Amino acid sequence: MYGGNVFAAIGVAVLMAGSALADPVKVGMITTLSGGGAGLGIDVRDGFMLALKQSGNTDIEVVIEDDQRKPDTAVQIADKMIQSEKVDVLTGIIWSNLAMAVVPSATAQGKFYLSPNAGPSALAGRGCHPNYFNVAWQNDNLHEAAGAYATDAGYSNSFILAPNYPAGQDALTGYKRFYEGELAGEIYTKLGQTDYAAEIAQIRASDADSVFFFLPGGMGISFLKQYAGSGVDLPLTGPAFSFDQGILQAVGESALGVKNTSQWSKDIDNSVNAAFVSDFEAEYGRLPSLYASQGFDTANLLISAVETADVSDPDAFRAALEAADFDSVRGEFSFASNHHPIQDIYVREVIKEGDVFTNKIVAIGLTDHSDAYVAECSM
Amino acid sequence: MTASLILEQLLNGVQFGVMIFLMAAGLTLVFGVMGLINLAHGSLYMIGAFASAAVAAFTGSFFWGLAASLAAAAAAGVLVEALVMRRLYDRDHLDQVLATFALILIFSEGTRWVFGSFPLYLDIPEVLSGAVPIPGGGQYPVYRLCIIFVGLAVGVLLYWLIHHTRLGIRIRAGENDREMIDALGVNISKLYTAVFAIGAALAGLAGAMVGAIQSVQVGMGEPVLILAFVVIVIGGIGSIRGAFIGSLLVGVTDTMGRFLLPEFFRLFFDPAGATAAGSAIASMAIYLLMAVVLIFRPSGLFGARRVES
Repeated sequence: MYGGNVFAAIGVAVLMAGSALADPVKVGMITTLSGGGAGLGIDVRDGFMLALKQSGNTDIEVVIEDDQRKPDTAVQIADKMIQSEKVDVLTGIIWSNLAMAVVPSATAQGKFYLSPNAGPSALAGRGCHPNYFNVAWQNDNLHEAAGAYATDAGYSNSFILAPNYPAGQDALTGYKRFYEGELAGEIYTKLGQTDYAAEIAQIRASDADSVFFFLPGGMGISFLKQYAGSGVDLPLTGPAFSFDQGILQAVGESALGVKNTSQWSKDIDNSVNAAFVSDFEAEYGRLPSLYASQGFDTANLLISAVETADVSDPDAFRAALEAADFDSVRGEFSFASNHHPIQDIYVREVIKEGDVFTNKIVAIGLTDHSDAYVAECSM
Repeated sequence: MTASLILEQLLNGVQFGVMIFLMAAGLTLVFGVMGLINLAHGSLYMIGAFASAAVAAFTGSFFWGLAASLAAAAAAGVLVEALVMRRLYDRDHLDQVLATFALILIFSEGTRWVFGSFPLYLDIPEVLSGAVPIPGGGQYPVYRLCIIFVGLAVGVLLYWLIHHTRLGIRIRAGENDREMIDALGVNISKLYTAVFAIGAALAGLAGAMVGAIQSVQVGMGEPVLILAFVVIVIGGIGSIRGAFIGSLLVGVTDTMGRFLLPEFFRLFFDPAGATAAGSAIASMAIYLLMAVVLIFRPSGLFGARRVES
């Protein structure tokens, strides 16, 4: 609060001095700050605000609202932000179903949307839009990297499972796109399911040599604990969503050694990332997660655009965003023609550092990877 | 598909069932005896899990955590009964639903305020980890066998409490005619507090035991609450025996449905289609079961056929 007041005071002082600065850019952040998925939204927000604070840029004003993970609430907030708050840029949404409810109408009204997390295929392919930029990943990406890793590791009989909803189906499709072996079994579980004894019994009874699972949030915690206690010891792989910094501490020993795929890790070797990790820890007293890194990159992309172009000139501002002229914590970063990232996706292993469970990069899953929908996007 | 796999899945079904029973028993006691719909029963489950995780982390012992979960949930139950529920006994069910829904929101945000937004760590104790062989060559986790044992023990204990103790006689009498036992000199207000505390403690125990194999997070109680409602509707509202049989039916139906239905559809469809169709129907299985039971026994399997006054 104190820091915020100081910045506000500087901002007022600058305005009162009548300096010839460009108009401030107003950013509306709609994200999940309450309910079961609040950890993700809080990380995105904290990463975003850290980048703004570090830049010292006073031209960017942020309004933050909680969508409670409800699409209708997100739509109401977006309408309010666009119509009465007059924001120029929207960002923050975590979940694909909420993004689908908000993004198409916001971009159609000429607003820019920078996605710090959700990357549904519909917005990457035919539904792409010049004002929509995804700074995180297309939804399939991490699963594709897991499939590529399984192929590289020589797995030839995978058992795969995901919840029965669009992102779950995308996950298994993404895995199969880069996995060349046979499938020992394929299961769709109930969304929100917390007991996996029946599925683990089927894994045990199959002759699989590896298991791929996509079970975000609490579902993943439950699965990992139950899997570790079941006596099945086939190697597990999954996307980073079940292994982020917030979740790992709740899973504990059960996650040790599991391979997971991520576009970010705290040990990516570049100075920007090292500074980000230590600054985030100093500011908030915890290690950053991949969501925090995505919020941080989103803010830095925005800052880079604000510094080179005026948001009242959409074409120039769009070109500035497309250039992606900022130092990403992921190292090399650029946008494909559908405004989704081209980036490396890493394979990480869960390790224990002192008392904290965290991840370490062990391989590169896919290099300079774009997504499967880029050709369908015409803009 | 081997015999050991089927046996393992049956055990899974029974284990899932007794887990729901711990929730449903408290819910059905409160509903049957006090005529009160308590949507916040799931929050008491969450309080049990959080208390257990916090105390287990502090003391390093899972069993202290378990004791704490009973105490915390019972205390929360007494508090809720004394502050909120007591004013609602004579009110419409809709008022009770509204008030207890508000309690869910208060408990959820209150828990987040105290413990933060990230899930807590709670693991099974060393002595109960690992798996034991079962007949037919399979293996089954020791901890899940313990859950089955605790659930059955609680069932027997409740049966004894209701049918062979003075408190039980009063509870049954209160169920039948609350004004009459009040007139006979039983302190009905204390009785209600005791029933509510027992129900809450059972929910807390369930939360702590499940928390060790699932995720201890805000909002964990609501999905279980829905299952518990399905169980008490199937078993007959107010009947502990009904809740027990209903829980086992729901547990086994759900587990076997998830396991067998996709296999069954594989006889007709290609694998991807069979998986999709099978899992879609499996998630409806318990509701189909409930519909079938209600067609033949509209007041549930063991429901008292009440004469509406």
